[in-house]
Amino acid sequence: MIMPFKMALRSIGANKMRALLTMLGIIIGVMALVVLVSLVNGATTSVTDRMASLGSNYVQAYIWGGGGSGGEGVTIDELEEWVESEPLIESVAPQSASNAMAKFGSKSQNMTVCGTTPSYYEINGLKLTAGRFLKTADLQNNSRVCVLGPSTADTLVGYTDCIGDEISLDGLRYSVVGVLGKSDSLMYSGYGENVIYIPFTSLIRQFPEMSGSIDNFYATAPEGTPMRDAENAVRSYLADRVGQDDWGNDNFYVYSMDIMEGTMDQVTSIFSMLLGGIASISLIVGGIGIMNIMLVTVTERTREIGIRKAVGATRGTILRQFLIEAIMLCMMGCLAGIFLSWCILRLANEVVADMSMSFAMSGNVVWISVVFCFAIGLIFGLYPANKAAKMQPIDALHYGG
Amino acid sequence: MIDLKDVSKVYQVGDERVHALNHVTMHIYPKEFVSIIGPSGSGKSTLMNIIGCLDTADAGIYRLEGVPIWDYSENELARVRNRKIGFIFQNFNLIPKLSAAENVELPLIYRGVRGAERARRVAEALERAGLKNRAPHLPTELSGGQQQRVASARALVTEPSLLLADEPTGNLDSKTSREIMEILHELHEQGNTVVLITHDNDIARQAKRSLHILDGRVSEVTL
Repeated sequence: MIMPFKMALRSIGANKMRALLTMLGIIIGVMALVVLVSLVNGATTSVTDRMASLGSNYVQAYIWGGGGSGGEGVTIDELEEWVESEPLIESVAPQSASNAMAKFGSKSQNMTVCGTTPSYYEINGLKLTAGRFLKTADLQNNSRVCVLGPSTADTLVGYTDCIGDEISLDGLRYSVVGVLGKSDSLMYSGYGENVIYIPFTSLIRQFPEMSGSIDNFYATAPEGTPMRDAENAVRSYLADRVGQDDWGNDNFYVYSMDIMEGTMDQVTSIFSMLLGGIASISLIVGGIGIMNIMLVTVTERTREIGIRKAVGATRGTILRQFLIEAIMLCMMGCLAGIFLSWCILRLANEVVADMSMSFAMSGNVVWISVVFCFAIGLIFGLYPANKAAKMQPIDALHYGG
Repeated sequence: MIDLKDVSKVYQVGDERVHALNHVTMHIYPKEFVSIIGPSGSGKSTLMNIIGCLDTADAGIYRLEGVPIWDYSENELARVRNRKIGFIFQNFNLIPKLSAAENVELPLIYRGVRGAERARRVAEALERAGLKNRAPHLPTELSGGQQQRVASARALVTEPSLLLADEPTGNLDSKTSREIMEILHELHEQGNTVVLITHDNDIARQAKRSLHILDGRVSEVTL
């Protein structure tokens, strides 16, 4: 069983330069395939990471009918208790909003007031230009502090350097502790930019029409948890807590940026396939090179084939011998190509080290290229091998002598 | 042993049909040493191809050890060649990339003989051909006589029932020719059937019996 491999290896070794040149086609093809696909994967991973850091990796939930017909509704304490026990959720930020007449000096304006918690800041990828965001202590003390949205400072106050100034909301005075800058979050969520953030507890206390239950919250998952899982965790919690109304409709709605991730994945796979397809063409060209050289080899060794047949080699034996040689040539090129790709990717990693990108050789593409090379060796080796196998022993024996 | 009855082989050369073999009937008995002699173009190569199962006849019956070789598939012919026939060619027909030992090993590989057994038989055949210490050499490193010895070792290693020598001395000087002929005699004495094809009367005369072939017809001659 080992014999045909030895023979193939020897006949490849007999023409090292030729074998190398032939393999070059396969080597370049494999390198194109592995390197391109790995680069696309690396680049998309870094884009996806960046998107996640822009605040797109949260789950948003809406609850209605809380305290009404459907159920009890969820209070902030209950929600936080649940988060503690749920490993798929890292943090939550409730938000409830009301309208209030905001006054600063002589200016007054009807504005959205949003009650929330400190984690809202991170989940939504907000940025401060001055001061700080809400703190846990603010919630515990029902403090009258507020953080102004990016355009609130402009429209209401008139200048951004207003930390420590006081504004009044429906008559109650709140001191400004922070001003938000324009956020580069892709999904600017919540109530737009013209908004005033106050502690959730303060909102409930000041605006009697707000019940103690949350009507809307954000949740994030720990690093590495698929958004779909987090989304399902939130969904099953809410199904349990608020359930359905009398008509069998859910009293809540949950969605996440999972769709976004899905789209991104699709884009990646389309790119990978596109580039992989282009690279495959060069592999096929390499395969034609193999076929060409195998045809030359078969002609050169016509006499040898005759001798082998005379001493008892069957068609199958000859076919196998040349097929193994073609496949071996392909696989050697494939391995060399994979090794060189690995070197190139390491080099690329060095170059982009400071661009927060990294290129790993993806295992899938390695397997694909191995299988592909094998198939190419088989397909392009079949014709020359068959030509060898079909030779008549007498014709072959008298060839060129 | 070998039994040809009315065997014909026709080649089409241009518009002309050439009877390479024209109703040949002949017998070769076991353990005989027969020479077939004829000038070039007489059809002796065709005869050898048919006897050696490298080719099949167009008409007539060829029996090898009582088995009719007729309508055999290529693979069946290959099997018969492998098991029953040992070839010694004029131009040695050794594979240049393989060493002497590997050339001898070849028919055993195709026969499916296992490693240790194979090595033993190769060593034995080389020793019988007097090439014990030439085993690792490539054919190009050997003299013509030595190459023909390798070829005869290859022919013998499968212990074939028929040894077919096609002008085995054609490319050799008279001294090595004698050596090769000695080997053939030796093999004959060991109980092998030897068929020697030649155009050289002196060589042919060394056989116990000679058949003459001319224009595709075979006749018995006494030299």
